[in-house]
Amino acid sequence: MRTLHQFHGGIHPPSHKAQSTRAPIATAPMPSKLVIPFRQHAGEAAKPVVQAGERVLKGQLIGKPEGFVSSAVHAPTSGTIVSIDMQPVAHPSGLPDMCATLLPDGRDEWVARQPLEYRDCSAVELRQLLRMSGIVGLGGAVFPSDIKLRLSRQKIRTLILNAAECEPYITCDDMLMRERAAEIVQGAEMLRFMLEAKEVLIGIEDNKSEAIAMMQQAVTAAGLPLEVIRIPTLYPGGSAKQLIRTLTGLEVPSGKLPTDIGVQCFNVGTTYAAWRAIAHGEPLISRVVTVTGNVRRPQNYEALLGTPIEELVALSEALPDTDRHIMGGPMMGFALPSLSVPLVKASNCIIAGSPALFPPPPPPLSCIRCTRCAQVCPADLQPQDLYWFAQSREFGKAQAFSLFDCIECGACSYVCPSHIPLVQYFRFAKSEIRAREQDKLAADKARQRHEFREFRIEQEKREKAEKLAAREKAALAAKAASAAPATVPAPDDAHAKIQQAVERARLQAAAVVPKNTENLTPAQQTEIAEIEISRARLREQAKSEVEHSKE
Amino acid sequence: MSAFFSPFISKPDSVSQIMLKVLLALIPGIAMYVWYFGPAILVSIALASITALATEALMLKLRNRPIAPSLRDNSALLTGWLLALSIPPLAPWWLIVVGTAFCIAVAKHLYGGLGNNLFNPAMIGFAVLIISFPVPMTQWLTPHGLGQIELSFAEQIGYIFLGALPPGVTMDAITMATPLDTLKTNLHLDQHIKEILDMPIYGRLAGHGSEMVAAGFALGGLYLIAARIISWHIPVAYLGTLFAMAGIFHLTDPAHYVSPLFHLLSGAATIGAFFILTDPVSSPTTNKGRLIFAAGAGLITYLIRAFGNFPDGTAFATLLMNICVPLIVLYTQPRVFGRKEKQP
Ligand code: SF4
Ligand code: SF4
Repeated sequence: MRTLHQFHGGIHPPSHKAQSTRAPIATAPMPSKLVIPFRQHAGEAAKPVVQAGERVLKGQLIGKPEGFVSSAVHAPTSGTIVSIDMQPVAHPSGLPDMCATLLPDGRDEWVARQPLEYRDCSAVELRQLLRMSGIVGLGGAVFPSDIKLRLSRQKIRTLILNAAECEPYITCDDMLMRERAAEIVQGAEMLRFMLEAKEVLIGIEDNKSEAIAMMQQAVTAAGLPLEVIRIPTLYPGGSAKQLIRTLTGLEVPSGKLPTDIGVQCFNVGTTYAAWRAIAHGEPLISRVVTVTGNVRRPQNYEALLGTPIEELVALSEALPDTDRHIMGGPMMGFALPSLSVPLVKASNCIIAGSPALFPPPPPPLSCIRCTRCAQVCPADLQPQDLYWFAQSREFGKAQAFSLFDCIECGACSYVCPSHIPLVQYFRFAKSEIRAREQDKLAADKARQRHEFREFRIEQEKREKAEKLAAREKAALAAKAASAAPATVPAPDDAHAKIQQAVERARLQAAAVVPKNTENLTPAQQTEIAEIEISRARLREQAKSEVEHSKE
Repeated sequence: MSAFFSPFISKPDSVSQIMLKVLLALIPGIAMYVWYFGPAILVSIALASITALATEALMLKLRNRPIAPSLRDNSALLTGWLLALSIPPLAPWWLIVVGTAFCIAVAKHLYGGLGNNLFNPAMIGFAVLIISFPVPMTQWLTPHGLGQIELSFAEQIGYIFLGALPPGVTMDAITMATPLDTLKTNLHLDQHIKEILDMPIYGRLAGHGSEMVAAGFALGGLYLIAARIISWHIPVAYLGTLFAMAGIFHLTDPAHYVSPLFHLLSGAATIGAFFILTDPVSSPTTNKGRLIFAAGAGLITYLIRAFGNFPDGTAFATLLMNICVPLIVLYTQPRVFGRKEKQP
């Protein structure tokens, strides 16, 4: 028996998982059309390689990865690409993004698939294959998997399969493990092989007994030295850093990555997809998604990426008082801007919401410093202090009190008896700080440019003057008779001054190191980008909150 | 706002429920009070409640704040109750009204309202009253069965509102000094502890009746810990320090220093430990900070009791330690996940 470790805090929200685990995973029927965004992963959007009017086959590449952090996008079925244009997508901002619209022809005709034996391939080949198969993290973060499989300087000792699934309502990983454990186990061994990891730990929360049993059975049947570990059900136990702590006792240092301490984590769904990609030559064109909440028949579906969410929800029959749809869990998910947006790689769960299920919270009261928030914070922060700094706009202090270690899990908001939307304040403060640092960088750049321009103008003037002087001199010399020497301007002095100024500016700029937001991982960068978009709105809201509760 | 942003769910818990549970937890102590000293205390509590709510509403109105949600949070009520419980039950009506109004208007709202007060509002009210009106603040009722005369409930009410005692009854006949006070006075007269404690005002462990009241508050306090409304840190550190200090002095000179148990069950020790020092707003937010804060308060309480001018030290100890809270919090920040060093 492995000794488990604890992380600080955590909460036990009602799990609501039973409803959607009664029926097996169903295959969603072919939708009327598919809208496939070219950005379904962290990093650069894929570049379209098909044109409107073109016929494509199931699994055919339609968007190729562009840049280092990126992933491929494929046609989920055979049919005709009718357009490539901006469409609304599943994003809190509600902004449209580039998508391909595909009309299925009903034949579901595959491209040629090439199954491979991974042990015969080099790691580079396998990674390239995963990248071109569009494999990204299916836990919701959608970070390209091939990048996580690069061998880093630090050797990876432990591969962790994240099957905790700690958010309420979501059961897609649970069902996948119950039904396809053998392939997940094969996938895990493949990832271990690629990472050259010593051990594989599969962490599953103890409210998923059946999944644990099936995984255990699959591991035994495969005769592989993988460890299935039952962990306590505690939100946010499935957050990577918390899971690593629970399973290994190690803490990922602030601002570092799990690989820095020799650990790498993959979601079980991702592991399964990676296995299908290599062993069956199937790119990522579908995923398992939980449809639950205010619906008549909560269930998990294997659905094609690009399926309009409304068609998916219709399968489970949303009840009449449904007033919104949430993508992800109720703790960290977001309300979809519209129901017509397509299913994407990040969609692990769609929850139909109703006023009864998610009642609007009472208006926030003042913080009474009861520290319930601090008691549940898995990052050991003091949310009540961070809140104070955020609402009084003392962002520097918030940063000094480790604002950027907040994982935005929402546990603090969940327990606050004053119903203060704490995480909203933290998101707002983070985006403000980032914006300021960006502004500062931009200002520095602008100043440098300005100074350089001044310098150039000065130089041109000087050169002109020199030329003029030379000409005059020549003219004088030509006259030859005159003895009076020309007054030559002394540009050296001015030149030196300008150069000094430029040098000074450069040094100053170099001395200003933006805190916390340097060396960001691509995942964090996309997160920033996303937050930027909703920033204006957040700021508006936070402003009214501040005016309301600041005394 | 949360209609659109996560988390979409929250714990069905509110400030008003928390405060309500604290009020409920005071009831065993209050019941003991009524049992041993008569129902006059209920009048004080009612007066304090009305004044607290009225002042709260007035202040909110003056400050242009929404009135209903804050009135419903029960925090003003709690302040009123705590003040009522710390002044003599026979105190004239205006004393409790002035005290409560001061707590709410000045100690709470002038500091920015709920959540912003550096000092415990009830203790500020108490301090102001004991300094401004020392005489009515020291006229404590004699416990049931000990006095020469006992007032009926109607007569008590008559005194509270009209200041009139029944003919032939003097104030001295119905009131007396508190056990802690009596102890102090008699020690000054160089009496031996043994003799003093033989006086009828003393019960088994501390003051007759008042020890049971203290036990009642302790019981309510244990409920608060069990219900996770307060953490154990403050009560344990406060009572522990008081006990240890009293123990050390008692061991060195039992003739002049009463036993530690006497201290725990006397005066405001238990209500202070469980209900006053634990006020979340004016106490530290870190566990280590809570230990330091409460230990400091325990130390000061003992020093005031044993060597100071006031019989009980809980109120002043609370206020003095309140001043230190920001500093204590700053230096007891817990280590953040994934960081080696503590933050500032
Ligand atoms: S839980 Fe809410 S009221 Fe309590 S300390 Fe935290 S922010 Fe303040
Ligand atoms: S959202 Fe941030 S501050 Fe709140 S509990 Fe989670 S990590 Fe802590």
